[in-house]
Amino acid sequence: MNNSLIENSTTENPLIEKVLTRNIGPDLKPTDMTAYEANGGYRALHKVMSGMSSEDCLEVIKASNLRGRGGAGFPTGMKWSFVPMGDKCSPGHKYLVCNADEMEPGTFKDRLLMECDPHQLIEGMILAAYTIEADRSYIFIRGEYVVAIERLEQALADCYKKGYLGENILGSGYDLEMHVHTSAGRYICGEETALINALEGKRANPRAKPPFPQVSGLWGRPTIVNNVETLCNISHIIDKGPEWFQSLGLGEDAGTKLYGASGHVKTPGCWELPIGTPVREILEKHAGGMADGRKLKGFLPGGGSTDFLVEEHLDLPMDYGSIGAAGSRMGTGTMIILDNQTCPIGMVLNLIRFFAHESCGFCTPCREGLPWTRQVLEDIEAGHGRKEDLDTLLRQVKYIGAIGNTHCALAPGAMEPLQSALKYFQSDFEAHVEQGCCPYSRPLENQRGEST
Amino acid sequence: MSEQQLIQSDIALSAEEIQQIDAELAHMPQKSGAAIDALKIVQRQRGWISDESLMAIARYLDMSPEALEGVATFYNLIYRQPVGNKVVLFCDSVSCWICGCDGVKQKISEKLGVDYGETTADNQYTLIPVPCLGACDKAPVMMVGDDLHTNLNNEKIDQIFSGQVSTTASTTESTAESTTTSEEEGS
Repeated sequence: MNNSLIENSTTENPLIEKVLTRNIGPDLKPTDMTAYEANGGYRALHKVMSGMSSEDCLEVIKASNLRGRGGAGFPTGMKWSFVPMGDKCSPGHKYLVCNADEMEPGTFKDRLLMECDPHQLIEGMILAAYTIEADRSYIFIRGEYVVAIERLEQALADCYKKGYLGENILGSGYDLEMHVHTSAGRYICGEETALINALEGKRANPRAKPPFPQVSGLWGRPTIVNNVETLCNISHIIDKGPEWFQSLGLGEDAGTKLYGASGHVKTPGCWELPIGTPVREILEKHAGGMADGRKLKGFLPGGGSTDFLVEEHLDLPMDYGSIGAAGSRMGTGTMIILDNQTCPIGMVLNLIRFFAHESCGFCTPCREGLPWTRQVLEDIEAGHGRKEDLDTLLRQVKYIGAIGNTHCALAPGAMEPLQSALKYFQSDFEAHVEQGCCPYSRPLENQRGEST
Repeated sequence: MSEQQLIQSDIALSAEEIQQIDAELAHMPQKSGAAIDALKIVQRQRGWISDESLMAIARYLDMSPEALEGVATFYNLIYRQPVGNKVVLFCDSVSCWICGCDGVKQKISEKLGVDYGETTADNQYTLIPVPCLGACDKAPVMMVGDDLHTNLNNEKIDQIFSGQVSTTASTTESTAESTTTSEEEGS
């Protein structure tokens, strides 16, 4: 089985502190309990269980300025602070859920963390659950991640054996159950309220907010849903402190980030770098630049539902604020590179097809609007487009893309690459209509260059 | 088939299936919470979810068959039609598309004689598209059963399906039968 994700990484820079990937070598061998503990693993758990209160933990995470790594970038400490605590919470379970349903097109970072260092995630989850006083936790993982599921199950069993999970963890009086829930597959499960419905055995339609899950989530109880990479940071922040974590970032954001690049670059891959590393450095130094004979045309900074950026944005730092100010989102931080030999309309069509297929069908603009957009793009790509189709697309972007017109963020996310393609690649749309064909039209063959 | 007939032809859940479903129910405040888990458990044993299996699960979880059907048909990885021995989950999302997955898909279709949603004549493989498999730096990728295959090209497709007797799109009943025979002999 070939799971290698970082074999193409460029030579390691000793000056860059590896945090989340410190146990992940080029051979991608999984880190077991012994190896994890030998490298400082579960030190934070011992520290917390021997004297830190949940309030102490929350203060540390708040002070660290950790922001959610799943795409939205919401401050983690603030999210946790909305959970009713102690006497203010009605009696019953509270839940911590790890969103391991990695399915955003072009995103391949959580797989690496779970396959190669499952204990890092589990330790982060125990600490997060302790902070919000949760007694039950789930890892909601996509069913296709067979290797990660197997390794997480093994790691959970090892934790129960060592008394890191179960009743009275390390004599602290704190109880926590943890389960792996394997999803039956659907992109929308990544939306936190849809994920909660899936965990309840229902169709994964997103729920209306409010109430927010922090107050009324799984089975109507307070629930926190966090991304894998977010939770993997927790033990390190508790262990080394918020000041250390803040010092890792290059700009206003704190910590490191798993960045990636896919498409026609020389060495596609996934690298842990200080958050705020410039796009150009990721693309040219780590991804090795564009594949031979190809030039950069644009890129999606963090998955299929982020706006295109172009060459003029290469010197921006990859952080939430800078990418946001440029009109896109850092999203998952794994970039999808568009080269000058690949049709931008074809690429957007591929994305819209995906989103139209993955719509849960609950609300009309998404269920009906996305297939309509797909149809218009199919016509343009096939050379049957008309000039007025471009106006139709602009209207669709306006109405389907507006937050508040749809039940959740899927359709607005789907419109992001389209609206920015219309802005940056307008001449390509026009060329398709004027020439009555796709100017990039290529024979149907494997386009992968031999550069990798 | 009427509901009555379905209940009569119901294939009861096996002791093993019930044991696994009960393990899931142990941490669920209500039975319907185990709907997806139960569907996956039964599918693992039987390959797919027939109407009869659906009825049996619905009755065990105190759900209406309609409610369970709504759940079963929502999810990509619950199969409400028979599938081959191995499901080929072919990634056609954006990074794989940029790296030429359309050509690879055509090669697979030629090699196996099937399009999306179809099963090979010898019942070995069912080809299904899947959302991004999260291995984009090794695009194009696919899963065959539980195994991930990366950096796909035509040669790799030939290797992965090397045991497969090549069939054409115009497979007739007789050649389909002979394919089955040769596969059985080979295994």
